[in-house]
Amino acid sequence: MANLIRTSAAAGQLPADIGGMTLTELTDLQITSLQPFAGATPALSAALEAAHGLGFPAPGKTTGKGDLRAIWTGQDQAFLVGVQPDAALFDHAALTDQSDAWCVMHLDGARSRDALARLTPVNLSGTAFKRGQTARSMIGHMAAIITRLGPNRFEVMVFRSMAKTAVHELTEAMTAVAARARLNA
Amino acid sequence: MRVDGKGLVDRGRPVKFTFNAQGYTGFAGDTVASALMASGVKLVGRSFKYHRPRGVLTAGSEEPNALIEVGTGAHRTPNTRATMQELFEGLTTNSQNHIGPLERDLLSINDLFPSFLSAGFYYKTFMWPRKFWEKLYEPAIRRAAGLGRLSGKADPDTYERAYAHCDVLVVGGGPAGLMAALTAAQAGADVILADENPRFGGRLIADDEDIAGLPAAVWVQDTLAALKDTGRVRMMTRTTVTGAYDGGMYGALERVGHHVPAQSDLPVECFWRIHARQTVLAAGALERPLAFPMNDRPGILMASAVNSYLNLYGTTPGQNVTLFATNDNAHRTAVILQQAGVRVAAVIDSRTGVTAQGDYRLIDGAQVVGTKGRQGVREITYRTAGGTDTIITDCLAMSGGWNPNVSLTCHMNGRPVWNPDIKAFVPAEGAVPGLTPAGACAGHYSTHACLTGGIAAAKTALAALGKRAPSIKTPAARDQAGDAQALWYVEGKGRAWLDFGNDVTTKDIRQAAQENFASVEHMKRYTTQGMAPDQGKNSNIAALALLADSTGRGIPETGTTTYRPPYVPVSLGALGAGAQGKGFAPERFTTSHAASVERGAPMIEAGLWYRPSYIPRPGERTWRQSCDREIGLVRGAVGICDVSTLGKIDIQGPDAGAFLDLVYANTFSTLKPGRVRYGLMLREDGHVMDDGTTARLTDTHFVMTTTTAAAGQVMKHLEFVHQCLVPHMNVRFISVTEQWAQFAVAGPLARDLLDSVLDTPLRADTWPFMACGPVSLQGVSGRLFRISFSGEHAYEIAVPARYGNALFRDLVARAEAMGGGAYGMEALNVLRIEKGFITHSEIHGRVTAFDIGMHRMISDKKDCIGKAAANRPGLLEPSRERLVGLRPVGDVKQITAGGRLFDHDDPPVRENDQGYITSVGYSPTLESYLGLGFVRYGPERLGDTIKMVDHLRGLEAQVEICDPVFFDPEGGRVRG
Repeated sequence: MANLIRTSAAAGQLPADIGGMTLTELTDLQITSLQPFAGATPALSAALEAAHGLGFPAPGKTTGKGDLRAIWTGQDQAFLVGVQPDAALFDHAALTDQSDAWCVMHLDGARSRDALARLTPVNLSGTAFKRGQTARSMIGHMAAIITRLGPNRFEVMVFRSMAKTAVHELTEAMTAVAARARLNA
Repeated sequence: MRVDGKGLVDRGRPVKFTFNAQGYTGFAGDTVASALMASGVKLVGRSFKYHRPRGVLTAGSEEPNALIEVGTGAHRTPNTRATMQELFEGLTTNSQNHIGPLERDLLSINDLFPSFLSAGFYYKTFMWPRKFWEKLYEPAIRRAAGLGRLSGKADPDTYERAYAHCDVLVVGGGPAGLMAALTAAQAGADVILADENPRFGGRLIADDEDIAGLPAAVWVQDTLAALKDTGRVRMMTRTTVTGAYDGGMYGALERVGHHVPAQSDLPVECFWRIHARQTVLAAGALERPLAFPMNDRPGILMASAVNSYLNLYGTTPGQNVTLFATNDNAHRTAVILQQAGVRVAAVIDSRTGVTAQGDYRLIDGAQVVGTKGRQGVREITYRTAGGTDTIITDCLAMSGGWNPNVSLTCHMNGRPVWNPDIKAFVPAEGAVPGLTPAGACAGHYSTHACLTGGIAAAKTALAALGKRAPSIKTPAARDQAGDAQALWYVEGKGRAWLDFGNDVTTKDIRQAAQENFASVEHMKRYTTQGMAPDQGKNSNIAALALLADSTGRGIPETGTTTYRPPYVPVSLGALGAGAQGKGFAPERFTTSHAASVERGAPMIEAGLWYRPSYIPRPGERTWRQSCDREIGLVRGAVGICDVSTLGKIDIQGPDAGAFLDLVYANTFSTLKPGRVRYGLMLREDGHVMDDGTTARLTDTHFVMTTTTAAAGQVMKHLEFVHQCLVPHMNVRFISVTEQWAQFAVAGPLARDLLDSVLDTPLRADTWPFMACGPVSLQGVSGRLFRISFSGEHAYEIAVPARYGNALFRDLVARAEAMGGGAYGMEALNVLRIEKGFITHSEIHGRVTAFDIGMHRMISDKKDCIGKAAANRPGLLEPSRERLVGLRPVGDVKQITAGGRLFDHDDPPVRENDQGYITSVGYSPTLESYLGLGFVRYGPERLGDTIKMVDHLRGLEAQVEICDPVFFDPEGGRVRG
């Protein structure tokens, strides 16, 4: 029989290109939650370094770069993104597969910060929210993980089930920002 | 008329607009008020109560008279201040609050009987007969006394909300604000400079004083360029800061698209929430009107507004202007009018011994005591020690001094403080944490004082931020604020208006005092002074001064009313931006959503989730037909249902079992790996919180399921218990609800179906009821749980959500080939009622484990959350309303959820209530309606019949109290 077909969270809705901003979905990412057991954070961090070359992130921070990252996501919790977790990690932490739980989107463009400012209370200024910083906050009414990837590039993660609403709200914000830009042009 | 050589409007760009369907032409940069003034239009509106002709009073957001409707049809916006509405090509405006043409308003008859409409008139008159109020009096009064009209249609305009953050928020872009912003930005702070006007400069450009040896407009341009150079200042024009809130939060309304023709996608307004670490308030001051007899005619306006119209818009409200002033400052209006070539008839000064600042007729020691001119002032009467005389004039500019704009400093309960030196209220020290008032709003009026005040306030903010202030020079500017006299009202014959917006006169205030509404708050409500759209900006201080006089108290003892947000009116569209329609809440979709919709399933909301009600087949005309069929295929073959919406919480760690023992009433630490157990969770108060199954995957790894409705509540509860009650427990948990697509496969053919999709067939001996474990489907790792919410031989299969869409379609297709198919929420509900399984219809928050017959699940061998409270006296009484099954046994074959239960002979009234029905479904299996409900002494009354009365639906039926498990009570099918 045929293999099961994979469907991404925002399938058919992205990419979107509005006013010089692009919103794209990242699909088939490996995402694993890491929750170090009591007192095991240093050992987990060392195991992470040894196996994947990155440490356990401090609150509000990410470690690693490019496709392989660890994103702080809460108290004693981080998401390892872009790699199958090494077996050694299981000795120090509770791991769960979160690959399918999130709709992962990248918002890119000179006005991406303005678009996000319509939806999240996080201070996204270059000084308050530098590259590699992350925050668990809101996108509209939705819980989200927001990470800065570059001067004008942000990663937004929302629950998979809310992908349609998230795409709608983000593209609405991009559209409004683009309309303002036309007004001031 | 226009004045040559004056104003900042672009005379090369004429702009056409209409007012009351009459075409006019203004210039780019005009407001509706300035363009109408330039066209010679004095009459722009009718007053609230008396429908008196009114003209423009001010040039700012405090305007009480010139309120207009902007736009047409559904786009129409009422109560727009003509002084703030910028002109654009094709703008359509109308005056409001009149019947017939503005010039001949039929309701102006009200003005003939002013004594009938004084303070308290409605309260005293329309009391009787009582029932006339709603039907007659109120509609008539509302028709006569109103402002603009709403379109009655949904607002098609778009609005937005947004957040902004800064080190220093500077409120107001006049001299103090500009210097504060420059000082802060040069010190390296991130600054937001907000001003409600289209251009920065405030009174600098309105008064057109020289500063640093330059014309004001030039100096402002230079300063803005310097601000831009710092790269740290976000300049927000057309943005009014409307409120100060806790923790440095400020609300602000930006008019984004009101000044241009409608553009698709462009929001008309944006409501900002600004977080500022420090704030400099440079909101300036508002000029005081003077309450002299008949002071409300078109052509009577503020002296500062005359300056604004001349210097910003190059227009003048009259050709022969008279001034009535109590201070030196206002004399400058006479000087600049003369310089611009406008005739000044006289300057009437209430003080004596005043020196003229120019070559004009000065009448000192005088007061205006009367005016004439129905639709525009044409003559005034003034009084001196020597008697009265008249002056022919077409414009009277008045100035009673200035009130510091303290509004924002009062938003967190601060009360302004009376400063006797300047006879004005000033902000209380530290009224809003982190906010420093500067310039005129702090009571420092001269330009020089504003500039230095702005710098000083910025330095205060920088010190709080730990930043070094740059050395910055105060530009040379006028250092005289001039002498002023407080003149709150002028005695004389005729009405003297205080609150133009709500038509409140000095007589009304005196009457309030006389009737002992002596508190300023009572006076406000009795007279409605300060309750118009301008919120008393023009009238509060004079009204309370008059009240103070009338009650024999001083002004500081009398005090002000409370200034509350918003500072200017904020449209609900802006506050609710993005939340219209479905923007109210996110929608959550399962992976099978598209497949269900394709099959024509009506989707119903379950919390934020959407789930199929039923999945119709061709020929089915009612939901019951579909529902009955779906039940049959589960009982007879195999059904597929998406159960992904149930909460799934992954729990791991050495103490996971102990943790579950604490949060569940029953024991989980004894559960074997590879097995599932039903669990009941109590709140701390001993009542049932939630139920569900929890599977033990390994010794230290559990997966809990919660109900769809309580998933968030349970997660929060677990976090609370772990973080606050048992932080020593080494356990970790995280939601995996979204990770897994999970489908129920239920029915006698369930195993056959699964065997056709699993890579390894299920063996009956290793997969008994309540078993769980990993499985593989076409190479995809999944989890299988042999659990049942239908009473059938059933499983729930979970795969990573990316495969959910494909697997659901595959499972349904296979089920249909076997005589089964998909089933929806209606069938699921009937299936569980047949089995007596509870949902949140039953565990609705007021029931205990005892009530649902599960008290014995509260383990004796261990403690658990809610255990102590569940054993409180009264919670274990046999007489409590307890869970039972119910079925109709009389002539009426129907029962309904929500029906109340009564003994046969009792009248169906509250005192006789025996219980209620929580869930009902029609069981095609048993060919009867079945219900679950709660009855006093329930389990002790099995076999009794009782009366159901549904008062709402008008239904009465005889029902039998029975065991809640109607179908297969031995449970043979589930183990089969």
